[in-house]
Amino acid sequence: MTGTDQAAGQVKLFCRNLWKVYGPEPHQFFSGERGARQRGDRAELIRRIRAADHIAAACDVSFDVHEGEIFVIMGLSGSGKSTVIRCLSRLVEPTAGQVVFDGQDLLKASSKELIDLRRHKMGMVFQNFGLLPHLTVLDNVAFPLKVQGVAREERVKRAMEIIDLVGLEGREASFPRELSGGQQQRVGIARSLAVEPEIWLLDEPFSALDPLIRRQMQDEFLRLQRLLHKTIVFITHDFLEALRLADRIAIMKDGEIVQLGTPAQVVMEPADDYVTEFTHDVPRAKVLMVRNVLEPAADGLDTSDAVAETMNLEEVLPHVAGRIDPLPVTDANGRLVGQVTPHAVLNALAGKQRRKG
Amino acid sequence: MIATNAVSALESAFHRRNYDPSLAVWLVTGVAVVALFALRGQYDWVTKLPEELVIPLEAWLNAFMDLFVASFKWLFRAISGLLEWPMNGLQALLHWLPWPATIAGSVVVAHLAGGWRLAVFTLCTLMYMVIVGYWDESMNTLALVGMAVPLSVAVGLFAGILDFSYRPAKSVIQPTLDLMQTVPAFAYLIPVLLLFGFGPVVGLVAATLYACPPMVRNVSLGLQRVPVDIVESAKMSGCTDRQLLWWVRLPAAMPTIMIGVNQTIMCALSMVIIAAIIGGFGDIGWEVLSTMRRAQFGQSLLAGLVIVLIAMNFDRISRGLTSRQRVSQARTGTLWQRHAHLWVALVAIMVAVALAQVLPELHDYPKAWIFYPAAVVNDAVTWFTANYFFATSAIKSWTLFYFLLPIRIGLENSVTPHFWGFALNLWISLGYAAAVAGLALWVDRATSWRGAVAVLITGGLFYFGTTGTPWAVFILVVTVTAFRVGGWRVGVFALGGLCFMLFTGIWERAMLSVYLCGTAVLIAFLAGGLLGIWAARNDRVSAFLRPINDTLQTIPLYVFLIPIIMVFLVGEFSALLAVIAYAIVPAIRYTEHGIRHVPAETVEAARAMGCTPRQLLWQVQLPLALPEIMLGLNQTIMLGLAMLVIAALVGTLGLGQMIYIALTAADFGKGAVAGLGIALIAMITDRILQSWSARKKVELGLA
Ligand SMILES: Nc1ncnc2c1ncn2[C@@H]1O[C@H](COP(=O)(O)OP(=O)(O)OP(=O)(O)O)[C@@H](O)[C@H]1O
Ligand SMILES: [Mg+2]
Repeated sequence: MTGTDQAAGQVKLFCRNLWKVYGPEPHQFFSGERGARQRGDRAELIRRIRAADHIAAACDVSFDVHEGEIFVIMGLSGSGKSTVIRCLSRLVEPTAGQVVFDGQDLLKASSKELIDLRRHKMGMVFQNFGLLPHLTVLDNVAFPLKVQGVAREERVKRAMEIIDLVGLEGREASFPRELSGGQQQRVGIARSLAVEPEIWLLDEPFSALDPLIRRQMQDEFLRLQRLLHKTIVFITHDFLEALRLADRIAIMKDGEIVQLGTPAQVVMEPADDYVTEFTHDVPRAKVLMVRNVLEPAADGLDTSDAVAETMNLEEVLPHVAGRIDPLPVTDANGRLVGQVTPHAVLNALAGKQRRKG
Repeated sequence: MIATNAVSALESAFHRRNYDPSLAVWLVTGVAVVALFALRGQYDWVTKLPEELVIPLEAWLNAFMDLFVASFKWLFRAISGLLEWPMNGLQALLHWLPWPATIAGSVVVAHLAGGWRLAVFTLCTLMYMVIVGYWDESMNTLALVGMAVPLSVAVGLFAGILDFSYRPAKSVIQPTLDLMQTVPAFAYLIPVLLLFGFGPVVGLVAATLYACPPMVRNVSLGLQRVPVDIVESAKMSGCTDRQLLWWVRLPAAMPTIMIGVNQTIMCALSMVIIAAIIGGFGDIGWEVLSTMRRAQFGQSLLAGLVIVLIAMNFDRISRGLTSRQRVSQARTGTLWQRHAHLWVALVAIMVAVALAQVLPELHDYPKAWIFYPAAVVNDAVTWFTANYFFATSAIKSWTLFYFLLPIRIGLENSVTPHFWGFALNLWISLGYAAAVAGLALWVDRATSWRGAVAVLITGGLFYFGTTGTPWAVFILVVTVTAFRVGGWRVGVFALGGLCFMLFTGIWERAMLSVYLCGTAVLIAFLAGGLLGIWAARNDRVSAFLRPINDTLQTIPLYVFLIPIIMVFLVGEFSALLAVIAYAIVPAIRYTEHGIRHVPAETVEAARAMGCTPRQLLWQVQLPLALPEIMLGLNQTIMLGLAMLVIAALVGTLGLGQMIYIALTAADFGKGAVAGLGIALIAMITDRILQSWSARKKVELGLA
């Protein structure tokens, strides 16, 4: 499995060789013949950028986001996550590279086109909420509609629907400072959904909340997503949060993507020591699924008491306990897809990793 | 992190014996200074610039102004006519309204702004104006302020937005603001007077201009400080640039902008009072001035109190109104509940107007009911002077002869057998030199050679006096200081500014101003610093000083003069006291703030190391608070210079007096040059102290 092929929908948004360099003259590294020559060698270019006292916040970042997918970008503070997500919406102007949304090259979009895109197709949630302090909850949520010139009555109606959706009914007349952090972020979420965006960008939406609320908001988020099926780019520095929410994860370090894959892949086959570090505290039994330890079915496998490939290892443990021979594995339609051996389950739980080639 | 920095800074303060190369610069400077002093007997130009080198800038400026007035007078007169209209209207309205109506309206607003306490305070203030009989004068003042503030706010808002959003504008607006905030208030009046003619409009225009800078600064600052998150979220909502500005940035910056409005109101009031000097508005500022000039202290005190009370009310009400936070409940409730204050005010005003139709006493407060205790005050003053004149005059002459005079003309010229009991001979001079050198050595040992340089400069200044020091020496020392502290930009600025004063022929007057202001600032800074230290270590002192400081800062400058000249009569000493009284507040505030905000970890670490309270203060808190304290010194100097010009009214020499003379003669060139001189002194010290403070903060890991 390479990560890209498992996603259901077609590619909604992709970026290729995205660079963001901060400094007095960021373009010097990418223009002219020398720039072209050096773009090939990422490590060399990064070295040169740093030597010139520039900051390479995003280095040669490429990924696809598929329709209806939750794509999580995870990394420590300062690894360039915010920079990347802001390049996707052009809040930050990328220094080099390509961002394509629905077949349209975003970096070539005029400012008018860009405003249009943001008004109708993009929604974004911010770590520190970014609510307008002088507006009530209702007006905050309705703000993107007001900006478009939607009539007051219409936008209030629409805003109220979304306020209900995020569970804030009754608070619509409050001002942001009168709400708790969790409530404020619900307003942020509601506002970003007000225009029914096609792509939903969330930059560490739950990082400013305490752990209990964070957990609750994650559940809420998953509930919303089951309802709305948005295409999502979600930023977090919390590995467990990434595992809970992601269809696929990109792990960033110092501006580069060091690994890109499903949660199970990342846990089972960490690309390097940096990623391995994160996987230490992971509750493997919950994260890993039968399909992650699947082997081709042996001939003459006993097909009774089969397990589903979507079970996690915690659930499958009672089935393999005290067994030596493999268990048959079926997919959602009950078709036999392979087998799982107790040995493989135990290995996976113990964290014996199959290092990536 | 900060704690360890602080600790290591402390340690290195104890064993700093490494001489750095910039010492060489000072040694060379020292040699040059000695050489210049040696030359001063032989060559005249060392002490006095030859006449033929002086640039007749004043005449040029006057010629330019004449031309300008001749060609554009019609325009300004037209503007003047335009402004007169609404102003006369407002004035007429305030006079027509029966006094109980105005009082009722104001009290309701005060209640809205600050609850019952403020309402009662406002009521007392207005009743005082009525009873003492200064109602009409006060209303004239209010009309001027009431016109100037909206104009100022509008202009300031526009310029602030321009400053924020249009880069090229910034490079024009920022220096203009610097200049406007350092050019003394009197100097504003001259060109306004020439362009707009006499009359209240001059006060209005001057106040509008004078009150703009704080608004511009706060708008620009507020816009800059809107959190990135908010701006980004608005952009993602699809805002156009214009929507972003009007719907997001400006409303989000409102708290800061409102601080600007408060400052604008206070500045406008201050300027309206100052502008009274040109006369003709029949306002309360004029009342103070004219009675003060006639030495009717009782009258000027009563009128001055009106100004103080107006200022305090304006400050509290505007602060209360502008810092009100909207709460969600405001949207619910009936029309009546939502606008209760408005209704109460309307009803009260209408009732008062109606009643006044029947009872003429309500329309114009009867003259017979006026209680005007000026005579009592005058008698008290007379009694005091009769009984204590010996004491006040002793204080005065002692300070003059043993302190002020040496700083002005130097020990060299002021030590005479008449006052000091001995003449200055070679041996005494040598003894003085030895004492200064000894002190410098000790300071060098205790802190660093920089302190020693400061001691040497001060000692030299005291011996030769500010006016006795050759200009070349002064320029050299200041330029080198500016260069060492703030880099070549500040150095060049200082050099340019000083040369301006030299070549426009105002050098001697500038030195007189430097002397008086410097002396006052020194005293204010020391006294204020001590008070600040005390307040930082004692909450009750702090709580006691705070309202006093607040009041001192809101009082328009004139008023300071009244009680002082009541006791000490006009003269340099009174000016000194006035400057001290006005300039002491920032010294107190910044010192207290600096000490109180030394990082708590550092203080705890020092305590854990076994510091006594005294060691804690001298070796931890003061060194770490020093950058902040220096900003306080900076503010002290700025206020000192502002007051210096006003103090010219009670008789000082120097640039302040020059501006005052220029104002009475409507001499634009003279006023502009002298005003620029003051502004340059302010800006040079400002740049030096700001860079010093900024650098020190970085060194201490506080920034
Ligand atoms: N405007 C800027 N100018 C200069 N450097 C910047 C700027 N914005 C970000 N950087 C730098 O780019 C790097 C990546 O920043 P970014 O905000 O993308 O990190 P992040 O992964 O989002 O971190 P966090 O989890 O703290 O939000 C950091 O080293 C940061 O200092
Ligand atoms: Mg971030």
